[in-house]
Amino acid sequence: MEKRVRFPGGALPWLLLAPQLLVVLLFFYWPAVQALLQSVFLEDAFGLNREFVGLENFQVVLTDESYVNSLRVTAVFSSLVTVFGLGISLLLAWFADRAIRGALFFRTLLIWPYAVAPAIAGVLWMFLFDPSVGVLTHWLRGVGIIWNHRLEGDQAMILVVIAAVWKQISYNFIFFLAGLQSIPRSLIEAAAIDGAGVWRTFRSITVPLLSPTLFFLLVVNLVYAFFDTFAIIDAVTSGGPGKDTEILVYKVYSDGFKALDIGGSAAQSVVLMVLVVVLTIIQFRFVERKVQYV
Amino acid sequence: MSSKHAGGVRIVATRVPARAESVPGRRVTGGAVAAAVAAVITASVPLSAAAQVEVQFWHAMTGALNDRVTALADQFNKSQSAYRVQAVFKGSYPETMGAAVAAARAGNAPHIVQVFEVGTATMMSSKGAIKPVEQVMREAGEPFDRNSYVPAVSGYYSTNSGELLSFPFNSSTTVFYYNRDAFAKAGVTKVPETWPEVAAAAAKVKASGATACGYTTGWQAWIHLESFSGWHNIPVSTLNNGFLPGTPKMQLGSLHERHVENLGNWAKQGLFTYAGRRNEPEARFFTGDCAMLTSSSAAYANIKRNAKFQFGIAKLPYYADVPGAPQNTFIGGASLWVMAGKKAEEYKGVAKFFSFLSSPEVQAKWHQETGYLPLTRAAYDRTKASGFYSQNPGTDISVEQMIVKTTDKSRGLRLGSAVQIRDVMDEELEGVWAGKQTAKQAIARINSRSDDLLTRFARTAR
Repeated sequence: MEKRVRFPGGALPWLLLAPQLLVVLLFFYWPAVQALLQSVFLEDAFGLNREFVGLENFQVVLTDESYVNSLRVTAVFSSLVTVFGLGISLLLAWFADRAIRGALFFRTLLIWPYAVAPAIAGVLWMFLFDPSVGVLTHWLRGVGIIWNHRLEGDQAMILVVIAAVWKQISYNFIFFLAGLQSIPRSLIEAAAIDGAGVWRTFRSITVPLLSPTLFFLLVVNLVYAFFDTFAIIDAVTSGGPGKDTEILVYKVYSDGFKALDIGGSAAQSVVLMVLVVVLTIIQFRFVERKVQYV
Repeated sequence: MSSKHAGGVRIVATRVPARAESVPGRRVTGGAVAAAVAAVITASVPLSAAAQVEVQFWHAMTGALNDRVTALADQFNKSQSAYRVQAVFKGSYPETMGAAVAAARAGNAPHIVQVFEVGTATMMSSKGAIKPVEQVMREAGEPFDRNSYVPAVSGYYSTNSGELLSFPFNSSTTVFYYNRDAFAKAGVTKVPETWPEVAAAAAKVKASGATACGYTTGWQAWIHLESFSGWHNIPVSTLNNGFLPGTPKMQLGSLHERHVENLGNWAKQGLFTYAGRRNEPEARFFTGDCAMLTSSSAAYANIKRNAKFQFGIAKLPYYADVPGAPQNTFIGGASLWVMAGKKAEEYKGVAKFFSFLSSPEVQAKWHQETGYLPLTRAAYDRTKASGFYSQNPGTDISVEQMIVKTTDKSRGLRLGSAVQIRDVMDEELEGVWAGKQTAKQAIARINSRSDDLLTRFARTAR
């Protein structure tokens, strides 16, 4: 017997979907098709000369050692951002969930950074760590650490990771907190009665029940680290020193818009597109299996 | 050169946030308000509005220079009623160029766009997208004399047959700044003329504790590889540094290796402090942190405004044992390109605006206020006659470095993909400063990586 409720189909659902579809077509499919087209041409900045080169742009990109380096940088950057972003916000949410006094106050403060635009977040941290006048640079010098992220690639990476994580913590925090609050108290109390400690409760009750949230945030954070951190990189390091913080999306921008190598840049964005699709598929096929939906 | 003033905002902001940030900001809004008011007025007075032809001018000037450009447009607009130049700030040099390229591809390019000198080869090879300045002037019937321009400046923006393609609006070159007070305190009596003397002075200054940092540099790729080559009369690439048609090959060699190796050693010894690719290091100088700086001559305005000590300007240091050195330094800054496909009366407005910009009064004032090179001999003579150079010692250094007869190797650099080549140079040099690779490795890698870019560029530009 048919259990699902069926609505008489027709024009109405499509009509209701139309605005969203239009946005997706205009801002996703159209540019994606353009990128695909441009990636097989070699052309000058103004598009006056155009030569069909097949897959040559891809060959150039994939054999370019700076592209391979960019892949490595992106892998390091996005895993650091995701791990720290999720870890710290889970910890904060855990505490905020248990806070008895001033819970609302803490929550509000923790959500604040989300309202800050990525570029502003970047500039903020850039000022704090400015090699010449930064406050934190000054303190670090006091404990014997010379901070100059314009010269030291590792320091530059640390700085952009801090800025990107700081910006994303709020977002993760909201979801974690909501997830934690939806865990029935009775389960936790039952565990306590059975003699489980904080860690045991966390591992055996909280994490499994939180896994849908964790999985969702994992996907969102990876996408964030891949794309939305562009403004932070641009404002703080512009991909430098050397190419030590040049993540893939920044390389697409600097090769395409600053260096005006449109074919090469388009090829990179196609590769990036494929990469993200593959990553997402992997996540849904393998990671999601471990997720327990209630 | 390159995005001097593009990076300018950022750095000025780090040092003097209150002044530098708010002033241009306010001015920009002021300009925007003025433009809005003007728009309202023209809309409400249709008679005069119909007569006015609008000329869009996209530029990348920030800070004090932004104010000057807005003022120039205002002055021109007030001087006549037929045309109205609208100066629009479009971000850093690469951003402005990118915006113009995107607009041209979409079919609504501005009339005039300011393109930094590294973008010159790209613009020159895009013949269908641009209209040569000389042609604009001729068709509009504006008086134009090639010979009135300073050759080292206009030559860079001309074809091999001498036709001026773009209007050399703001040209700078590489000079040496030093802190007089720190020198006096450290007992440095002779202003360094050669690179070994710079190192010696840096050691003295540091040992005396006059400043914490000895020497720093802005625009490392431009100063230490490109302009360095012209100054020592050695080539950067084949085909006269790309001035001749064909695909040039990079030729950085042993003298470059020697210089980069020296700088690397001085960095290790703490005599040279690396502080960034563009003009960020200027702040290290005008705050009194570093005693010596090599940077653009256009850093003058910023240094003069911010330095709380006596400073001097001198010629770029060189290696005395190199025959033919010093020759002349390379040009930097930007020029104004006229985009193709506009109406004849609009081009007339462009031509009138260029005539206005190249008049001796405007040019002389621009040169004196900004530190950019004078575009015409008349402007140079006028400045000299006014006694400006004797009142502001050192401001003529840049002119002196440029006004000699250039050689095939010193006319400048005209390479395609120059933006990427600059990045390659910056990346590899940073590797040396950080001690990750030797000077020899860096120069070899710059040559080979740049050659790949040049080959690729040659295929798109035909």
